Amino acid sequence: MKMNRVWKKQGIDLRPGAQIKGKWHHNNYTIQRKLGAGAIGTVYLCDYGGRPAALKISDKGTSMTVEVNVLKSLEKVQGSRLGPSLLDVDDWVSPTGDMYSFYVMEYLQGETMVGFIRKHGKDWIGVFMLQLLEDLEKLHQTGWIFGDLKTENLLVVSSPPTVRWVDVGGTTKLGRAIKEYTEFYDRGYWGLGSRRAEPSYDLFAFVMVFLTIYYPNRFEKEHEAAEKLLYKKIDRVNDLTPYRSVLKKALTSGYASSAEMKQDLIHVLNAAKKRETYHKQKPKHSWKLLFMESGGIGILALMYYLFSLLF
Amino acid sequence: MKNGSLKQILLLTDGCSNKGEDPSATAALAYQQGITVNVIGILEDDQTESPDGLQEVEDIALSGGGVSQIVYSESLSQTVQMVTKQAMNQTLQGFVNKELRQILGSDQGIEDMDPEKRGEIMEVVEDLGETSDLEVLVLVDTSASMHNKLPTVKEALIDLSISLNSRIGRNKFCIYSFPGKRKDIQKVFDWSPKLDTISTVFPKLTSGGITPTGPAIREAMYQFGKKSLLRSFRHEDESGMEETGY
Repeated sequence: MKMNRVWKKQGIDLRPGAQIKGKWHHNNYTIQRKLGAGAIGTVYLCDYGGRPAALKISDKGTSMTVEVNVLKSLEKVQGSRLGPSLLDVDDWVSPTGDMYSFYVMEYLQGETMVGFIRKHGKDWIGVFMLQLLEDLEKLHQTGWIFGDLKTENLLVVSSPPTVRWVDVGGTTKLGRAIKEYTEFYDRGYWGLGSRRAEPSYDLFAFVMVFLTIYYPNRFEKEHEAAEKLLYKKIDRVNDLTPYRSVLKKALTSGYASSAEMKQDLIHVLNAAKKRETYHKQKPKHSWKLLFMESGGIGILALMYYLFSLLF
Repeated sequence: MKNGSLKQILLLTDGCSNKGEDPSATAALAYQQGITVNVIGILEDDQTESPDGLQEVEDIALSGGGVSQIVYSESLSQTVQMVTKQAMNQTLQGFVNKELRQILGSDQGIEDMDPEKRGEIMEVVEDLGETSDLEVLVLVDTSASMHNKLPTVKEALIDLSISLNSRIGRNKFCIYSFPGKRKDIQKVFDWSPKLDTISTVFPKLTSGGITPTGPAIREAMYQFGKKSLLRSFRHEDESGMEETGY
């Protein structure tokens, strides 16, 4: 079969300065440097009309098409940006005549979650947990499961610090078999559930993401029961103490939805806040301020309106 | 598509054949009869590059219409699943491509379409992959050198069954080992929807250096035939039998 020939072809290696011209849409991209390589394709930073963009190119046309389909369906989720936005999809015929598929995405610049938390402290853990759960809830609502949720697929972009998903290749329709996974984050590997795409699958991986921050070299299955081992790993991390009960419940598929887990987490976070001995004095004049602000805006708007009537 | 199920032979080996017919030829024979042959070559942990014998791995898969991959035993689990799924998609894509050519003319395959149309077609292929039934015959080389890899093989197969049983479509697995005691292959585990029940370890390993890969593939191919013959006899029980797939 024809695919076999493609399968055997050597991986692609593009030099900085290489020009990629689309076969169908005729856009031109200049390769700047390699950003990373995975099982399916290589991602390059490229220049498109003076703007930076991320270009993923591969000889596995089929898998690329599937990824593009996922990115497109994520864009349909209104009011939020779950994956990187898709800019172009095309084919490229190399000078040697081989055909490659590529797609171009928004280039997200940021740092890894592990690096960020190490630099800025554990206060951000709760924030990122809530952000992630909120995004997961939105994704699950549209009938998709993230699948390959892991630290490598997450990036913290700045101002304000927000977790973004960089690689959505594992995203699978609800109720199907998970398309792509990494053993450490996979509940099937730990013997703690199936690989059917359901919210609890992502929530298991979610817990493992936060464990990875404290076990950067990960750890392996041991002879003792996986559940016990993972519980122990959670207990050993001081920073995760407030979230223990929530994380443990998620490990055993105890949450049917991200919203449910988020609720528990908010509860825990608030309880932790109360327990803290010092309180920062909150300014109490916020009502007054709000009044003045909205009043001011109203007057300004009125002035603009009247002004526009004059012309 | 609803009527047929995808048939695959998954061959796990660590070396080249040395007895009987050419395995590539028997793989081609199987492919002609609608059975895809996938091959995974397992390397020793201290092997740095693949020995010449493993060229055969690629050749068998090529003539068997399947996928081949050479791995170290620790990454076996993921490879087994990747190869199986990739081969399914490849077969389904082949069907769809053939249909397309019939409708649109001989030179209009999936590759010749613009990315938007290709995306729509791939959605169909994915749907088929998720819902179609699959029969996998696992053929394990149990010659002496495979000895210490067999526990990993077993784990990888259980893992494969977890993954495939998360699909909507039904599955059937069976495991054969070769060389058998008197025959070319020997049954380890009979057709069943799940593999997590394998408690039986692989049979006593046959010593001596015989690896009759070719004859083993031929025998394996007949196992699909036997089953469908049996099924046609017991047509009445069929619905009851298939429900166990869930």
